[in-house]
Amino acid sequence: MTQINVRVDGVSYSDDVEPRTLLVHHLREQLGKVGTVVGCDTSNCGACTVHLDGVAVKSCTVLAVQADGSEVTTIEGLAQNGTLHPMQKAFHDSHGLQCGFCTPGMIMASIDLLTENPSPSETEIREGIEGNLCRCTGYQNIVRAVQQAAAEMSGTQDRTVGNGHVSLAVVDTAAAPHVAGAQS
Amino acid sequence: MTMVEEPATTAPAREVGQSRKRKEDARLITGKTTWTDNMVLPGMLHLAVVRSPVAHAKIANVDVSAAQQAPGVIAVFTGRDFAEEQGSIPCAWPVTPDMVNPGHPSIAVEEVNHVGEAVAVIAARSKAAAMDAVELVDVDYDQLPVVLDMEAAVAEEADLCHDHVESNESFAFVFDAGEAGTGVDTEQVFADAEVVVSRRFVQQRLIPAFMEPRAVVVQPQGDNYTMWSSTQVPHILRLMLAMVTGTPEHKLRVIAPDVGGGFGGKLQVTPEEVISLLVAKRLGKPVKWAETRSESLMSAHHGRDQIQYIDIAADREGNVKGLRCRILSDMGAYLRLVSPGIPILGAFMYVGIYKFPAYRFECRGVFTNKTPTDAYRGAGRPEATFAIERIMDELAVELDMDPLELRRKNWIGAEEFPFTTAAGLEYDSGDYEGATQQALQLLGYDELREEQRRRRESNDPVQLGIGFSTFTEMCGLAPSRVLGSLSYGAGGWEHASIRMLPTGKVEVVTGSSAHGQGHETAWSQLVADELGVPFEDVEVLHGDTSISPRGLDTYGSRSLVVGGAAVVNAAAKVVAKARKVAAHLLEASEDDLEFANGSFAVRGTPGATKSIQEIALATFAAHDFPEGVEPSIDADATFDPVNFSFPHGTHVCAMEVDTETGRVEIRKYACVDDVGTIVNPLIVEGQVHGGLAQGIAQALYEEAVYDADGNLTTGTFVDYLVPSAADLPHFETGHTVHPAPGNPIGAKGIGEAGCIASTPAVVNAALDAVRHLGVSDIRMPLTPERVWRAIHQGGDGGDRATAGTNAYGGAQTETTAGVATDASALGGDR
Ligand code: FES
Ligand code: FES
Repeated sequence: MTQINVRVDGVSYSDDVEPRTLLVHHLREQLGKVGTVVGCDTSNCGACTVHLDGVAVKSCTVLAVQADGSEVTTIEGLAQNGTLHPMQKAFHDSHGLQCGFCTPGMIMASIDLLTENPSPSETEIREGIEGNLCRCTGYQNIVRAVQQAAAEMSGTQDRTVGNGHVSLAVVDTAAAPHVAGAQS
Repeated sequence: MTMVEEPATTAPAREVGQSRKRKEDARLITGKTTWTDNMVLPGMLHLAVVRSPVAHAKIANVDVSAAQQAPGVIAVFTGRDFAEEQGSIPCAWPVTPDMVNPGHPSIAVEEVNHVGEAVAVIAARSKAAAMDAVELVDVDYDQLPVVLDMEAAVAEEADLCHDHVESNESFAFVFDAGEAGTGVDTEQVFADAEVVVSRRFVQQRLIPAFMEPRAVVVQPQGDNYTMWSSTQVPHILRLMLAMVTGTPEHKLRVIAPDVGGGFGGKLQVTPEEVISLLVAKRLGKPVKWAETRSESLMSAHHGRDQIQYIDIAADREGNVKGLRCRILSDMGAYLRLVSPGIPILGAFMYVGIYKFPAYRFECRGVFTNKTPTDAYRGAGRPEATFAIERIMDELAVELDMDPLELRRKNWIGAEEFPFTTAAGLEYDSGDYEGATQQALQLLGYDELREEQRRRRESNDPVQLGIGFSTFTEMCGLAPSRVLGSLSYGAGGWEHASIRMLPTGKVEVVTGSSAHGQGHETAWSQLVADELGVPFEDVEVLHGDTSISPRGLDTYGSRSLVVGGAAVVNAAAKVVAKARKVAAHLLEASEDDLEFANGSFAVRGTPGATKSIQEIALATFAAHDFPEGVEPSIDADATFDPVNFSFPHGTHVCAMEVDTETGRVEIRKYACVDDVGTIVNPLIVEGQVHGGLAQGIAQALYEEAVYDADGNLTTGTFVDYLVPSAADLPHFETGHTVHPAPGNPIGAKGIGEAGCIASTPAVVNAALDAVRHLGVSDIRMPLTPERVWRAIHQGGDGGDRATAGTNAYGGAQTETTAGVATDASALGGDR
């Protein structure tokens, strides 16, 4: 057992960990930070993504002892005083999640992407989150969410960043008045 | 005093049709979700499963002594320890009266039949201790011949997958339109046909690969057991656990907390769920089992895996005359919950949207020493859609017709609904031409065809192709009477109840069990409209057999169509009950009351109103209540549909194929779906995207590959290619709306459409790009290697698996027009 000191979501923790313990297991099992999840055992899915000293890492590929003396931000520490981070809000606004299992990692990775590239094109977004798998959304609304957050975080409200597509599907309601609300 | 708060918002004119943002997001975007694996109970033990490393063997001996001595290990159990009480994993769908079910122990007792099968389970203080001890269990296996290739498995003198049954065939299911009276004699039609095209298609094995790995927690309390499981089907699970383990049903409670995706993969009663219950019973302690991704890919059920021999008959003008489908469907080593039913769900969809006079379907379920197959998004219908949409293209080539023209000539006209097909299904509504026109516009069809011509003329190394899929599917599983006629072990109804709380808030209890579909939001919209209460005042409860005692859960695009309909009907009953109370309180006749925007008003008496939320409080108090009326306006409803619903649509894919490298890239993808009434466009859109991703992934990326010994060689996310954002295109989507007449909402179901429709559109597009180079088929997934081989070496690109293993080795695909011969009995070799 090795003692480590880690600050997680603004709280300092001092714990004994086994040398083999992964950061994600330390977060989940010792600190109860179960908002961060595990989706694979080969570092492919990104579900476990957190920020380690401000940079996105897959916490299943970091040993807990390597985080000694570091600052970790998880999905649980993102909202400030009850206000959602613009990326969280954007995922909600754009329907960038369905089951939500990939979402914590996806949000953390997307924030990191915008830190490096504040106004990415659609292609840059797709490539930037390539290390995070989502089985539900087909990614289109995740891309839309990142575009919205990029616009919001850089202070512009232009949601058509880069080569992006932001519009919802065309719904032809001609044959169905009840969809538009005409049905009694 | 009033306990009724001011409504949080004024309800919009109608909630249905609004892109409401989802209620469930709040917890999911902040990490406050309750996944099963998050649960920790006092004294909880952790389970780890010891799995077979061999595909087929007798278990000679299991030595658990070293594991039992390991630090932190409480107990180790083998199949022998549970042989008396574990029963068999249930198969609820005996598709034929003589179907062979070899039995499926949760922990193997005598023999193992696939790699990854459970042979022992460790219970330990920590997960790490349990996993460490797995290595210490010593099993002696006497290996047996391994059966992997379906065509070899049904040949004479084949090795047996289970030596206590006579053959590797589980069942042979036949539907013949001539015999059923829904069509003419198929054999005669083929004998008389001017043109016959035959093909052999391979539906590769896929893995559902939900992102949340499966997990189970069981808590014993006296003789009661509560199970939390990442399941799509808590109600079915409870019933089946009771039947399998003999635990009385009323002593079992099953909870599906937040569930991270399913796609059919969690429509199951798993060995691990049974094992967890048995260990908790034996030890009297709470237990948790949570799988790793590798375990999940290897042991959670797989999907698809069929070989399809398809014959189509037509005249020279392109009028289709008959369709004959012979299917080999890989069950894997065992029958799970609905394994045999999966190909049967497709049996009635092979005719697609076309007016075939004759149709015959034969399917043989085959055992192999591989992970069992079962539901995966679409379940039988993607296979059917692929076959018909691919063979229509092949027929068009044979006839030298435009593939869209051929489809148009044969599809059901908008004015012909309701239309009964040769498969005997009555399609409800739609307009195939309308959807197609819109899809062509979305794609920019004419320009792309022009570009295709240019590239072809200039012999561009990158060729362009355009592929269609004009599809329909059956959703809303299912009319109970139809399920009964197909020997399914349960009904297809769904249940809902609505509880009017004293403060005017509303609890909606649904038997559907969402795992990403947004029921909390969509059901709130339905109820807000029906009761005229604010969207925010509605809470939707689901996924717990104690809270929602009756239900048949979520799969088969059934939740809104069947479960939502039950909710709407329950709300109508609430209004009817409240009307009596309102009449009493307003001192008016019921007939004089109008209900609108949540309030009863007396016709012709301005100001005399009572809101349904006020009536809820008056009902709670029950001080002033009509004589002889019980003080409750709560209501239940159970909805059993009379027919399936039939979403349809046109999907068009434009594909670039690099003839020098074999690399394919989707240039543009457009689809127009008709899913009936749209309750929430945002959610529908998301379902379309997700379905497309999975359907495209079948065409381009995913394949579960076994080696010659029966090892899954795509056992991690390194090898099993779930696509990333960079692997998928932007989708251009649109809708037409023809409401379903069969339910009060008019919805048709959207959960599976994208996945069902997209796969053939993608493959047809790739073939359209390179057909002039002599390529007539490429095996899925279209890896660069396969595409390159098909272009440069002929054939269909060949096997990615070790030769002779993945069941895809046999006949070549080829086309010859002509008449059926005996030689074509199991394949189109004409
Ligand atoms: S759990 Fe860390 S990448 Fe999958
Ligand atoms: S939302 Fe389910 S995996 Fe991404």
